[in-house]
Amino acid sequence: MNTNQDILLTIAATLRSFLDPLLGNPDVVDVTMYGVALAAILGIIFGNAVILVWAERKVAGYMQSRPGPNRVGPIGLLQTVADTIKLITKEDIRPKGVDRWVWFLAPVVLFVPTLAAYAVFPFSEGLIAVDLNIGLFYFLAVASTVTIPFLMAGWSSNNKYSLIGGMRSVAQMVSYEIPLVFSLIGVVMLVGSLKMSSIVEAQSGIWFIFLQPVAFLIYVIAATAETNRTPFDLVEGESEIVAGPMTEYSGMKWSLFFLAEYANLFAVSAIATTVFLGGWQPPPMPAVMRDAVAFIPGWIWFAAKTYFMIFLFMWFRWTFPRFRVDQLMSFGWKVLLPLALANILVTGVGIYAYRIAIGG
Amino acid sequence: MNETVYVIAFYILAAIVLFSAIGVVVLKNIVHSALLLALTFVGVAGIYVLLNADYLAAVQVMVYAGAIAILIAFGVMLTRRPNMKESNPFNSSAVVGFVVAAGLFGTMAWAILTTTFPLGLTAPTDEISVRGVAKLLLEDYTVSFEAAALLLTVAMAGAIIIAKGAKKA
Repeated sequence: MNTNQDILLTIAATLRSFLDPLLGNPDVVDVTMYGVALAAILGIIFGNAVILVWAERKVAGYMQSRPGPNRVGPIGLLQTVADTIKLITKEDIRPKGVDRWVWFLAPVVLFVPTLAAYAVFPFSEGLIAVDLNIGLFYFLAVASTVTIPFLMAGWSSNNKYSLIGGMRSVAQMVSYEIPLVFSLIGVVMLVGSLKMSSIVEAQSGIWFIFLQPVAFLIYVIAATAETNRTPFDLVEGESEIVAGPMTEYSGMKWSLFFLAEYANLFAVSAIATTVFLGGWQPPPMPAVMRDAVAFIPGWIWFAAKTYFMIFLFMWFRWTFPRFRVDQLMSFGWKVLLPLALANILVTGVGIYAYRIAIGG
Repeated sequence: MNETVYVIAFYILAAIVLFSAIGVVVLKNIVHSALLLALTFVGVAGIYVLLNADYLAAVQVMVYAGAIAILIAFGVMLTRRPNMKESNPFNSSAVVGFVVAAGLFGTMAWAILTTTFPLGLTAPTDEISVRGVAKLLLEDYTVSFEAAALLLTVAMAGAIIIAKGAKKA
């Protein structure tokens, strides 16, 4: 533990000591604190979406030599707020032929795995909602169900473009989930644990991006596909199938899809930060400099690295053309998967050789 | 956490599992059935969590609930009915089905009731449970594990050849 306490941890401890005499029962306090953590995560997701929508349009603007949103608020910062108000006041149209319940539930269900995944993100030392022993595996398991709401939306809309989009989402997400999982296995083998805090602590000497560069590359590609972003945005490819599963949605339901997209983008970036970029730890540096930056709390480092990853994903979006469906499939199965398997083999042999070398 | 929270959670999860399982059988639309099947699996995963089997719960969600999307995709592709509302119909085997199901239920109830479950003195930690599963699969039961893997690979390759049509040699 650090000597200088993290301000967010201090707040949590103060809240706990305030609730203790108020509620009496320690179990009730625990449950309440889980509620506080949930509220904090919701705050991160919503606040983040507001910033990311603005950031995406600004980045797009700079990539295309134009200013981007710049009318509402300083440098256009309040643009998303204005857009949100517009979306809330829009009419919520329900087409006649939709499968009522499934159609209504799809954008709501979409949010469940996303929200559940945030529970295991180590924002800083000790700043994690639930530090599960199987943290990373839990994230992968929860993330694997994201396909279902897309298919629900695509099928229930009773629209051929929506259904094509839904079917594409199954093909794409299931195919790219496998290299995604395999790319993380190399790191898990090095750490010997699935616990998020252990994975971060194991990187105090060297970040895993340097030990597992191929795995990082595979992860970034597969994560782009999992979040349905360009060059893998075939699911909603607007020049081919209108907006894929979202075609028939309007108003607040449509904006829920939008919100979930940015929440997922933050999620995959946070996992990349945790697994490959050292999580909440400052970059490796000489001891003198380490003391100089010791006052910066872990969550600042975590946020900085995560936003760098998000910028990278936005950069991809505005510089790469979209894949074709057959290219998407052959690239996933014939390039990424063998590469990920080879990476696991090399990592295993490397660990074995290292153990022999140090005589363990 | 205390006893009450567990009991409440158990009854909520059990209700989710039972009602969605009934829905899987009763509903006429095959996509609705498949979606409720996913909910059943998630509920079972929740019960695993209550039993401190976190790893098993995550596997349940990943392998079973995650694969539901593929099941729906096949359901949509293979049912060529103009009206999806009758894609999961009942037929005359209902009586036979009931007898078989009742027999299965009776056998399982008898097996569960007559077995005495030994209570471990210490709760297994999850770190050990992941390691334990790995040890069992890759050391004690390597041969059967590899045989199963080989069988699945062969079956998958066979399915692809049947679907694509092999070139005549």
